Amino acid sequence: MSGRETRTGRATVRVASGQGFWGDSLDAPRRQVEGGEVDYLMLDYLAEVTMSILQKQRERDSDMGYARDFIGAVESMLPAITERGVRVIANAGGVNPPACAEALLKMAASHGATLRVGVVTGDDLLPQLDELIRQGHTLTHMETGESLDTVRDRVLSANAYIGSEPIVEALEKGAQVVITGRSTDTALTMAPLRHEFRWAADDWDRLAAGIVAGHILECGAQASGGNCLYDWRNIPDLANVGYPIVEAGADGSFVVYKHPGTGGRISVQTVTEQLVYEMGDPTSYITPDVVADFTSIRLEPAGPDRVRVHGIGGTPATDKLKVSIAYRAGYKAVGTLVYAWPDALDKAEAAATVLRERLDRLGLSFDSVLVEYVGASATHGPLSGIDTAPWRADLPEVQLRFGVRGPDRAAVERFTRELAPLVLNGPPSVTGFAGGRPKVEEIVAYWPALIDKDVVKTIVEVTS
Amino acid sequence: MKVRLLDLAHARSGDKGDMANVGVIALRPEWYPLLARLLTSDRVAAHFSGVISGGVDRFELPNLHALNFLLHGALDGGGTISLKTDAQGKVFSTALLRLELDVPADEARRLGLPGSA
Repeated sequence: MSGRETRTGRATVRVASGQGFWGDSLDAPRRQVEGGEVDYLMLDYLAEVTMSILQKQRERDSDMGYARDFIGAVESMLPAITERGVRVIANAGGVNPPACAEALLKMAASHGATLRVGVVTGDDLLPQLDELIRQGHTLTHMETGESLDTVRDRVLSANAYIGSEPIVEALEKGAQVVITGRSTDTALTMAPLRHEFRWAADDWDRLAAGIVAGHILECGAQASGGNCLYDWRNIPDLANVGYPIVEAGADGSFVVYKHPGTGGRISVQTVTEQLVYEMGDPTSYITPDVVADFTSIRLEPAGPDRVRVHGIGGTPATDKLKVSIAYRAGYKAVGTLVYAWPDALDKAEAAATVLRERLDRLGLSFDSVLVEYVGASATHGPLSGIDTAPWRADLPEVQLRFGVRGPDRAAVERFTRELAPLVLNGPPSVTGFAGGRPKVEEIVAYWPALIDKDVVKTIVEVTS
Repeated sequence: MKVRLLDLAHARSGDKGDMANVGVIALRPEWYPLLARLLTSDRVAAHFSGVISGGVDRFELPNLHALNFLLHGALDGGGTISLKTDAQGKVFSTALLRLELDVPADEARRLGLPGSA
């Protein structure tokens, strides 16, 4: 049964967001635990492509494959964790949560500290992938319906998105830091709420509320004034932006706020922009734990930089889990040159024509060639209206951005040698090539699929 | 009269595979019904004609005074495959806000739309 108060007898729980992706502000986690009292800190390190990068790192070194920034983040917060009892939940484990835990314990020991670290594994399906396929789990592409067979020999990683249950278990076993692999971003927030208020596994409305709280926190400052279009000029002090915090009650309602004295803004508008971010069908936001209904969310201002969120409904979870599969998908390279006034765009277009013709004459073929004109139409395409704009000829400069993609590394490599010569043997008024030849990148693509939930067995271990 | 969506709404966009989503939020709650009526999936599909290769899905969030659009085939394959500057669909939001709506002049005045006075 669920409680009306937390395990320690308080009415609310505070979960702070300290990282919206691997590469987010290094100081944010520490600032969240030092800027005021919080109970939990959630750190989201994983995006769809991150798992494959980590998989490549683990292939090179079996002790790697996790978000190494996380070790430094916890180091910067050791006193808050060991003395004040702030508990940290992170999907920093990537494709190697045990190695992440080991590095964490080593770091703690070097400071004479001990940590109870909870490690969640079982999301990694790569070792059993062929067995699963033999058993009839086809893992067809969720959007295109293609069979995984078409890329099976190029698969780098395969991870099921796991929900809140194993995190709750780790918290119940007393973990001060919980490390997961590919758990959903939202579970990192929902799990501590479910743990504290003992929400049942079929308490759909409350679980959905926890998911909505997680969606608001999972992109860090994107809910507290970062990347906010509404009234962006007047959002104060982004240099000192405060990351969002959720203070939730047992009924699932919560307030979004940030620490006093920080910059940024929390308003109905900043929270709404984050709510619609990466949204699909708002009536069914599917997670491993519950299907949340975003059309049920009610927002209201609750004082300066405070928004109250309530009324959230949910429906039963499905019997599937999403699987994130990464596979090698050829090569790409993108190069740029800058053309100056007058007629900068005409010159850049002429250069692109010359380059295409040279690639043709070399007999190089690609799956895709994409030409963009930065400063004219790169982001909005024909909607920029540049082709009929009276100031077309007066653009001060235009950056030609020329990209190719294909299965043949040698062809892509050859393309990278054809850009620089344009400086001397193409249209005039060209500069901006100091960066050298474009780099050939191997593409690691993402293959979303579904799998029966009962196939995925998570394991929770907590160090003593 | 013609009213730019930029003057009626704010927006945020993101990606899901080769699809971009754009959430469009009315600047004032009382403008939401107008958006819900005029900003149809056909209207948005026509706006992005030549920019996206697939169709447009539309969802209503009256509770947030918002509409959500899914633009299929928007990202040259999406994610790591895409060669686009905006491979993750981050600025499809403002591309949609370029759209102009035809609003009856008396309704525009009644709702206090910018430029209607």
